[in-house]
Amino acid sequence: MSDLEIALYVFMLATFVGLEVIRKVSPLLHTPLMSLTNAISAISVVGAILITGREGATNLSRILGFIAITAAVTNIVSGFLITDRMLKMFKRRSGKQQ
Amino acid sequence: MTYVYMVSAALFILSLKWMNSPATARRGVFAGEIGMLLAVVGTLIGGHIVEWQWIIAAFVLGSAIGIPIAYLMPMTAVPQRTAMSHACGALAAALVGTAEFYQKQGTGELTPVFMIPLVLETLLGYLTFTGSLMAMGKLQEVLPQRPITYRNQNAVNFVLFAIALALGIRLIMVPGDTLLFPIFAVLALLFGVLLIIPIGGADMPTVIALLNSYAGLSACAMGFALGNRLLIIAGALDGSSGLILSIIMCRAMNRSFTNVLFGAFGQIQTKQGAQEQRAYRSAGPEEAAAILEAASTVIIVPGYGLAVAQAQHKIRELFDTLTRRGIDVKFAIHPVAGRMPGHMNVLLAEADIPYDRLFEMDEINGEFPQCDVALVIGANDVTNPAARTDKTSPIYGMPILEVDKAHTVMVIKRSMSPGFAGIDNDLYYMEKTLMLFGDAKAFVSEIVKELPAKVNA
Repeated sequence: MSDLEIALYVFMLATFVGLEVIRKVSPLLHTPLMSLTNAISAISVVGAILITGREGATNLSRILGFIAITAAVTNIVSGFLITDRMLKMFKRRSGKQQ
Repeated sequence: MTYVYMVSAALFILSLKWMNSPATARRGVFAGEIGMLLAVVGTLIGGHIVEWQWIIAAFVLGSAIGIPIAYLMPMTAVPQRTAMSHACGALAAALVGTAEFYQKQGTGELTPVFMIPLVLETLLGYLTFTGSLMAMGKLQEVLPQRPITYRNQNAVNFVLFAIALALGIRLIMVPGDTLLFPIFAVLALLFGVLLIIPIGGADMPTVIALLNSYAGLSACAMGFALGNRLLIIAGALDGSSGLILSIIMCRAMNRSFTNVLFGAFGQIQTKQGAQEQRAYRSAGPEEAAAILEAASTVIIVPGYGLAVAQAQHKIRELFDTLTRRGIDVKFAIHPVAGRMPGHMNVLLAEADIPYDRLFEMDEINGEFPQCDVALVIGANDVTNPAARTDKTSPIYGMPILEVDKAHTVMVIKRSMSPGFAGIDNDLYYMEKTLMLFGDAKAFVSEIVKELPAKVNA
């Protein structure tokens, strides 16, 4: 199998896994879910690191890569922290109310 | 290296899986963080990196921006923040694609197998970038929330998109054409703007979910271009998540994607002509408090107006006061209430309202006929009975919260002006409906003030 075929298989399977897993998320948590997937999709930082720091990177690559890493890291940091901040707020009814 | 990425991909999937219940959700975030940390560290020490200063500087800068945003941002600004992070994610993907394109000029590596994902990545990336900025502007109310429309809008957009696509195809066939690339990028940026400006505020939940999906797919395309499977997996997860959310949103409005994207819904409808002044009943806080006190079951229906008025903490006080009197208080949440999926849940959770009191539309609709008081706060179209009965109504067929079946309905609203869809709400003219005019926060706090006084008397 060529790399492309493997990549397409990976894509297809990951999409199905994603659809199945996300479908089970309660609407209660849709907002935190979205900020979590946002943080996860900032995995593009990996690509940005590679283009910025590899051997023979042109200045253009460095500049664009720098902006890309900054944008992605902003997403990673704020995405995970906000998701956690939101989730901390979701509480069941505590005993003291009765 | 490959193994590190594999573990990281597994952690991302687990992370989303644990999001299915509030009890395990925080563990999910933790799994996501570890997955991300592994991927980043793995990439850094993977042996391909020879220059560090730019990378470190960018990490410091990104954290310096991200941490304050995470801690200082009020919860009511969550939709804007989400739109902003779609913009950042998409920008990162688009820039990586651009850099790759120029870096690899003349190396013979720009084969169609490489160029097809790269063109998709940059196209989606750039259009999502500006599109998300527009969405953010609308949510922040820097831009008008009403759709901005002009003649032949859809035709202009279509032509523009077709040109961008044609240029993309040309770039795939002749990758050496470096002059064409900036034009292609600018067209994609422009298309993003034009795509979002005709979409109105109430459709934002769908749009944000859709942009989420695009940003994910853009990262996914990057994975294809760079031959990195972790990127493909993470991008596909994000893409499918956005897709599911937008489908849920569309279904909740009984509309299709095309209708949301090209329908310019929410323009004020002028064709109905002069409307006769219809009679309605209004009441003050004392009367409202008395009615609430006499009730044994109350269902509160929150909407975007609650977020605007920042009334969630006052509502919590009302919830506490009523609960202490043994009144059963529930919240009914329409899937598209607010400006993004799950918006209301987060606001109410912020105010410490226990999440087992929040109910989805399908769960609670059956309870309205037995409910003494339905209190609608800042929601309009999602309660309009015309969606069930009036075939000529633009929202006909949209699933609604059946508030009109409650014994008494109280609506807190600023004025009688129609809701987002520009349609009058028959609910307000029903005999059992009381209109409570005023700012949601101020009004709720007055009701709360009235309640303890009655207990002492």
